Amino acid sequence: MRLRSWFLFPTWVWMTVLFLAPLAIVLAYSLLTRGTYGGVGQPWTLENYSRLLDPLYLAILLRSFVMAAAATALCLLLGFPAALFIARAERHRNLYLQLVMLPFWTSFLVRTYAWMFLLRDTGLINTMLLKIGIIHGPLPLLYNDGAVLLGLVYGYLPFTVLPIYATLERMDPALAEAAADLGARPWTTVLRVIAPLSKPGIIAGAVLVFIPCLGAYLTPDLLGGGRTVLVGNLVQNQFTTARDWPFGSVVSIALMALVTVLLWAFLRTRKEPLV
Amino acid sequence: MKRWLAVYAVAFYAFLHLPLLTLAAFSFNSSRFTVWDHFSLTWYRAMFHDPQILAGTWNSVVIAIWATTIATVAGTLCAYGLWKRESRFITGGLYLSLITPEIVTGISLLALFQWIFRWLHWHLGLYTVVLAHVAFSVPYVVIVVSARLRTIGPTLEEAAMDLGANEWQAFLRVTLPALLPGIIAAALLALTVSFDDFVITSMVAGVDSETLPMVIYAMARRGASPVINAISALITVGFGVLIILSERVREA
Repeated sequence: MRLRSWFLFPTWVWMTVLFLAPLAIVLAYSLLTRGTYGGVGQPWTLENYSRLLDPLYLAILLRSFVMAAAATALCLLLGFPAALFIARAERHRNLYLQLVMLPFWTSFLVRTYAWMFLLRDTGLINTMLLKIGIIHGPLPLLYNDGAVLLGLVYGYLPFTVLPIYATLERMDPALAEAAADLGARPWTTVLRVIAPLSKPGIIAGAVLVFIPCLGAYLTPDLLGGGRTVLVGNLVQNQFTTARDWPFGSVVSIALMALVTVLLWAFLRTRKEPLV
Repeated sequence: MKRWLAVYAVAFYAFLHLPLLTLAAFSFNSSRFTVWDHFSLTWYRAMFHDPQILAGTWNSVVIAIWATTIATVAGTLCAYGLWKRESRFITGGLYLSLITPEIVTGISLLALFQWIFRWLHWHLGLYTVVLAHVAFSVPYVVIVVSARLRTIGPTLEEAAMDLGANEWQAFLRVTLPALLPGIIAAALLALTVSFDDFVITSMVAGVDSETLPMVIYAMARRGASPVINAISALITVGFGVLIILSERVREA
């Protein structure tokens, strides 16, 4: 079909020039040596990759992994009951769903800033607590791991609600009724019947949260205030302040490889498209 | 159980919406501190007199319009092409591009531009930002338009061909008009992701192409300023309007 090949032409240009070529260059940089004034130069080497095994960088990778896993777990824990509430609502389901999506459509930067506004020393929470007299000095709420975790959970929470809701909605209500008829209490029904049956939605939600959290840059940068360095910050740092492009490229390639494997493993378990 | 869920839902929605609502509320506070004084539009006035904010907004609008136009055309054609015949390679590329961490997209595009600049003595500027935005918004367009194509189904076009239309006529006069709501929704989505992006933009922007998110970021880094609250409130409302419009169009 000739029409089709013409139509896909811009996509091929997009894919080769704006997606594959940049990654190929990063791959090449990861195999080159750092230049004297930043940039890259000969000779070709694999040494940059061995630096990834430095305990300092391994620790950053591990931190990112733990942070992303914690954010994913919290998102699932907070998102599941919300999805259940929407699925069981008799009216206004669409409104409830849109209310979940609404903050997601707001600028990510603005959403992150909202937490700076709430958490900083002169922020709303500290000001209010000081005024009531519960505390006598501002609590260090911002610029720590907790703030980053909070920012990530807030940022990606809708990603767990939607897929879980989708599986709950498709679930046969007779299953829950059967469990109740057989004597299961409501909580038992949720934990032993509904939750296991919504596994596809839970897995989809977990992947959709874990992948962006793993490579998060803006949230740790703004809410962690330089103290919480995650992989994303390491990449940025290597390309700007440290001017070590080869090592920054190595970290990027490692991050890319990680998310690709995750996505591939996830897509293998699914028959329908992701979105 | 039911009551517990309802109580939880209230807390859940409060958690989702209160941060933005209080942020917006304090944009109308006359005081620079987070203690409510009285209603005032000081920070909105300050915003409209800040040359950096104005220049940033202008740059963001120009970039978003260019990037959206290019990405929408490319993405729509792609969705149609894939709808005619699946290509695992392209679909895989689109997925991969979607899950690539922003910071990696940013540095890889920067690396590409720097590499090209070795031969051409150009500089980073608005056009590099536009290209970067096209790079990350094409997959969004493809997804939205593809969803619309799936709901239309192939029958319309087959009917047109049976009635004697050739491929082009069937596309231009039957599929494209039916697809239009999806295309507009996709364009609005691309517009919002372009207008919002900070991470990738900050890597590939030149000195003369600071965007609004870059200005906000710099202000947020410097410390508290109620002006950011005012911009945030306006952006939130603006995005809200765009999204509601896009939902309306998509449902039409």
